[in-house]
Amino acid sequence: MKSRSHVRNAILSMAAMAIAACAGTALAQKKYDPGASDTEIKIGNTMAYSGPASVYGVFGKTYQAYFNKVNAEGGINGRKINFISYDDALSPPKTVEQYRKLVEQDGVLLIFGNFGTPGNLAVRPYMNQKKVPHLCLCPSADRDDPTKREDFKNFPWTMGLQPSYFLEGKIYGRYLAKEKPNARIAVLSQNDDYGREFLNGFKAGLGSKAGTAVVAEETYEPGDASVDSQVVKLKASNADVFLDLTIAKFTVQAIRKAAEIGWKPLHVINTNSISISSVLKPAGLDNAQGLVSASFYKDPTDPRWKNDAGVKEFHAFLDKYYPDADRNSNLFPYAYLTVQHLVEILKQSGDNLTRENVMRQAANIKDQQYPLLLPGIKYNTSSTDYQPLEQMQLIEFKGERWELIGGVINSN
Amino acid sequence: MQNTSPRAAALLIPASILLALVLPWLLTDFQVFQSTQILIYAVAVLGLNLLTGFNGQISLGHGAFYAIGAYAFAILVQHFGVSYTLALPLAGVVCFGFGFLFGLPALRLQAHYLALATFALAIAVPQILKHRLLEPWTGGVAGISLIKPDAPFGLPLNADQWLYYLTLLSMIVLFYLARNLLRGRVGRAIVAIRDYPVAATSMGVNTALYKTLTFGVSATYTGFAGALSAMAIQYVSPDSFTMFLSIYLLVGLVIGGVGAIPGAFIGAAFIVIVPNVATDVSKSATGAIYGLLLIVVVYLMPNGVWGALGQLWNFLFRSTQVHGKPTGMESQAMARRTGARLAIQKDGSAEAPKLDTGPAANS
Repeated sequence: MKSRSHVRNAILSMAAMAIAACAGTALAQKKYDPGASDTEIKIGNTMAYSGPASVYGVFGKTYQAYFNKVNAEGGINGRKINFISYDDALSPPKTVEQYRKLVEQDGVLLIFGNFGTPGNLAVRPYMNQKKVPHLCLCPSADRDDPTKREDFKNFPWTMGLQPSYFLEGKIYGRYLAKEKPNARIAVLSQNDDYGREFLNGFKAGLGSKAGTAVVAEETYEPGDASVDSQVVKLKASNADVFLDLTIAKFTVQAIRKAAEIGWKPLHVINTNSISISSVLKPAGLDNAQGLVSASFYKDPTDPRWKNDAGVKEFHAFLDKYYPDADRNSNLFPYAYLTVQHLVEILKQSGDNLTRENVMRQAANIKDQQYPLLLPGIKYNTSSTDYQPLEQMQLIEFKGERWELIGGVINSN
Repeated sequence: MQNTSPRAAALLIPASILLALVLPWLLTDFQVFQSTQILIYAVAVLGLNLLTGFNGQISLGHGAFYAIGAYAFAILVQHFGVSYTLALPLAGVVCFGFGFLFGLPALRLQAHYLALATFALAIAVPQILKHRLLEPWTGGVAGISLIKPDAPFGLPLNADQWLYYLTLLSMIVLFYLARNLLRGRVGRAIVAIRDYPVAATSMGVNTALYKTLTFGVSATYTGFAGALSAMAIQYVSPDSFTMFLSIYLLVGLVIGGVGAIPGAFIGAAFIVIVPNVATDVSKSATGAIYGLLLIVVVYLMPNGVWGALGQLWNFLFRSTQVHGKPTGMESQAMARRTGARLAIQKDGSAEAPKLDTGPAANS
C-alpha cells in the first residue's frame, strides 16, 4: 500500500508540475496592468447622470448595455468587462474627483468615452501623469483649440474619437474650394469658442481662398431671440453660399428667414442641425430643399437604411439590451460607435493588457470600419495621428430625406 | 461654542485637529484628496454661514464668489507668476473687494429680494467668464490648467498631502478668526443686526457698514475656498461654477446647521459624499435620491446635523442635570436658527415671530 501511494504521489506531483509549467508559459505570454486579469477587464467612465446635462447620461447607459452584450457573448478574448461609471454632473471638479477614484481606488485599466470638453481638459494632465489611457472622448479634448492639434506630443495618453467642429468646418471648406471655386460665401456663426473653432476649421479647409471667398461674417449670441437681422444682412452681401453654423433653434429661423426674403444660396448647415423632425420639419420641408451638410454614420431613422445590415444590427442591440432607448435620438448611434471602437482596441490588444500596449493599439488602427458607419468612412490612427475619424460624407436634402452626394471627403 | 460645555470643547477641538493631522498617513492619496475637498467646502460654507447664518442676509450666489476666488488665483499664478501661497490670500482680498461692492447695493434689498439678486450673480458669473473680452485672461470655455504644486523645503510629503496640510492650515486659521470675530463686539453687532435691526441701530451699530462688511468678509471666505479648490483641482473653467454650486453651498449650510461654526464640516461632507452615494444607488434617479436624502435630513434634524448632535449629547450626558430643557449646543443652534427665522420674518412677511423660543432666549 505504501509503495502504491508513493507512486500515486509521484504521478500527482509530476502532473501538478506540468500544469504549473504550462500555466507558467501561459502567464509569460499574458501581461497585465491594474484593471486587467485572466477573467476581467475593468473600464472606467464618468457621465452626467444628474444636473443640467443629464440628457447625455444615455451615453453611459448605452456603453453599459453594449458591455452586457459583449459579456453575454463571452467577453473580449474570454475576459468579461467590468464597467464602472460614476456621475460627474458635467462639473470639472467632480470629474477630477471621480477619475481619481476610478484610477486609484477602483484600479481601472483605462477610462473612455467621456462627454464634455472642460471635464476632459481638467483630467488630461492627471491621466497623462499617471499614464492611464484616456480614450474615445466625445467631444475630443482638443476640440476647442486647433492650435493644440499636436497634443499627442504633450498628452500621449489622451485620444479623441469623433470628428471635431474644427474638422467638420474644414470639410465644408474643402468641399467648397473644390466644387465652387468662385463662391462668394456668407457665414453665420455662434459667438463663442465653438463657433470660432468651426470657422477656423472652415477657413483652413478653404486654404488660400479664405481671404477673398468669405464676403460677409455675422455672429449671434446663444441667448439671442432671433438671427433674422443677421440673415437679412448676409443676403445683402450678394453671397451665393450661406455657411450656417448655428445650433438647431437658430437653424430653423435661418432657413425660414432665407426663404421668406427670397434668398436662395447654397445653404450649408452643420451636423448639429440635420435632424429632420426637430429642425427641417419646423423650418418647412419646402424651404429645406437643397440644404447641404455632412455626416459619418447611417441615420437609423432614415428609411433608406431599413434593410441595411449595420442598422438592423444596431436596432437588434437596442431591442435586446436597451429597449427603452429613444430611437429618434442621435445620441445612441454616437455612443454605440464609440463603445464599439473601444471594444475593437481591446480585441486588438490581445493578451497584452498593459496600459502601454492598449495605448499603442489605440494609435495603431488601420482602415477600421463599422457596420453603422457610412460606406467609405474609416477610422485610422498612428503614433503621430491621434484623430481617428478624419472623413465625412456630404449630404443634400431632397424630397423628404438626406441623399449622399459626391464621395467621402478627407479633411487632410 | 462658548455655551457648549467648556470641557467638551476643550477636548473636541484638539482631538479633531490631531485627527486631521494624522489623517493623511492613514488614508490613500485619493481619500486625502477627497478630505481636502471637504475642508475646502467647509471654508466656503463657513463664509456663507457668516452672512446668512449670523447676519441674516440670504445669499443664493456664493458660487459666484467661489468662482471669482478660483479665477483670481488661477490668473495670478498663470499670468503673473505669483507663488501659490501668496496667490491664496490675494484671491481672498480680491473677493473681499467684490463682496463689499456687491454688499452696497444689496443693502437696499431685503430677504428674498436679496436672495434673487445674489442668485442673478450666480447665473451671470459663468457667462461673464466666457466673454470674449476676458478670454485672454480666463481662457474662455476651455478655462485655465494649473500645475500641481509640490511640497516646498523638501518636506517629505507628496503633492496630495501637501495640498491637504496647506488647506488644513488655512482652514484652522480662518475658523479661528471667524470664531474670534463672532465672539467680540463686531460679532455681537452682526448677530444683533440679524435679530433686531432696529434695536441694533438704536444701540449705535452702523447697520449699513456692518452689513456690507459682513458681505465682504463672507465673500473673502468663500473666495478663499474657491482659490484653494483651483489649487487642488488644478483647473478652472466656467462650467466648474454653475448656479448649482451656490445651491449646494446653501444645502451644506442648512444640513450642517445654520449659525453653528462646526456645522460647516458636516455640510461640506454632505456636499462631497452624498452625490456619490446617490449615484451608487441608482444612475437613473441620482437627483431624486439626493433630494430624498436632503428631505430626510431636514425633516429629522431641523437644526441641522450639528444641532442634532447637540441634542444627542444632551440626551446622553446632561439629561439628569438639566431635565427636559435643551441646553448647550442645541439651544445655541436653536437660538441662531430661530434668530435667522425671526429676521427673515420681520423683513419678508407680516407673520408674527413664533414665541416658542423660551430656552433660546436663556442661552
